[in-house]
Amino acid sequence: MRLFTHNMLSSNIKGVANGFPLRIEVDQVVEKQVDFNPDFLRNMFPKLEWKALVDAARTMGYTELPEEADSSMLESEEFLRKLHHALLEIHLEEGALVCPETGRKFPVNKGIPNMLLHEDEV
Amino acid sequence: MKLKQLESMLGELQQFSNPKAELEQYPTGPHIASRMLYTAENSLGDVSNKIVADFGCGCGTLGAAASLMGAEQVIGIDIDSESLEIASLNAEDLELDINFIQCDIRNLAWRGPIVDTVVMNPPFGTRRTGADMEFLSAALKIASRAVYSLHKTSTREHVKKAALRGFGASSAEVLCELRFDVPKLYKFHKKREMDIAVDLWRFAPKTNQGNDN
Repeated sequence: MRLFTHNMLSSNIKGVANGFPLRIEVDQVVEKQVDFNPDFLRNMFPKLEWKALVDAARTMGYTELPEEADSSMLESEEFLRKLHHALLEIHLEEGALVCPETGRKFPVNKGIPNMLLHEDEV
Repeated sequence: MKLKQLESMLGELQQFSNPKAELEQYPTGPHIASRMLYTAENSLGDVSNKIVADFGCGCGTLGAAASLMGAEQVIGIDIDSESLEIASLNAEDLELDINFIQCDIRNLAWRGPIVDTVVMNPPFGTRRTGADMEFLSAALKIASRAVYSLHKTSTREHVKKAALRGFGASSAEVLCELRFDVPKLYKFHKKREMDIAVDLWRFAPKTNQGNDN
């Protein structure tokens, strides 16, 4: 699971008012290189929750993202490279996503988060 | 990519080894899948450089097709872990980079407008009535640009009404009628193989979509 996916997934348990962002528990992180596409990153940037991305990246061991970011930084290739790496190249291979409100864990195995709910959570 | 090339690449994908009748797991054949994504891209520009979600992705054929047609990111979502495993292997075989999530489409919780286009071959609702409409409703909430979906031609009027009145779509258009081959997968199938008429739809979500959740 990339942080791209993490940045849009929310806890879906019935009754949870604020299920975003899910906390990350790391068992294994893998890195996979993908092509750098600055245009995609520029389009994606305004849709991101920056703080959630910075915190998630840090949990995954990547600390290069600045605490705050604004669109003027999209001029900098150095910034875009860091964003690219954080968003698309580091994967949570094994671990869990944790609902921020209830603490319920959603397991991540082989890179796939399991967001299925139990009957009493729907 | 040419249509024929797309179809032949999709033809190599592995399909369900133990299909589950209750989930209406029918493989989306390479013929239909290639035409769906080829049209979405070449007639309407809804795929390349876009974020595309494949709802009920099964073995991942539509998502793979989207990726081959140049989607920037593809997210395959399915309730069934066995399907997702096959879908990841298929993506690996074609060297495609696809994100997968295991989730019941009905309970998908998504922050904000990120996905541009949803493509799907939903359950037709023959085993659990209304399953097709649950998929359509969820897709129209999440896509900011377009939803491509297959529905039985016999339900055309119903689909149109539900999309426009029920789910607030700003347009609902049948792009073409296709034949969906249904191989004899399940015991309750009496004939060896049959095909049914399906419509390829393009829906546009509410025009102001994307400003809030």
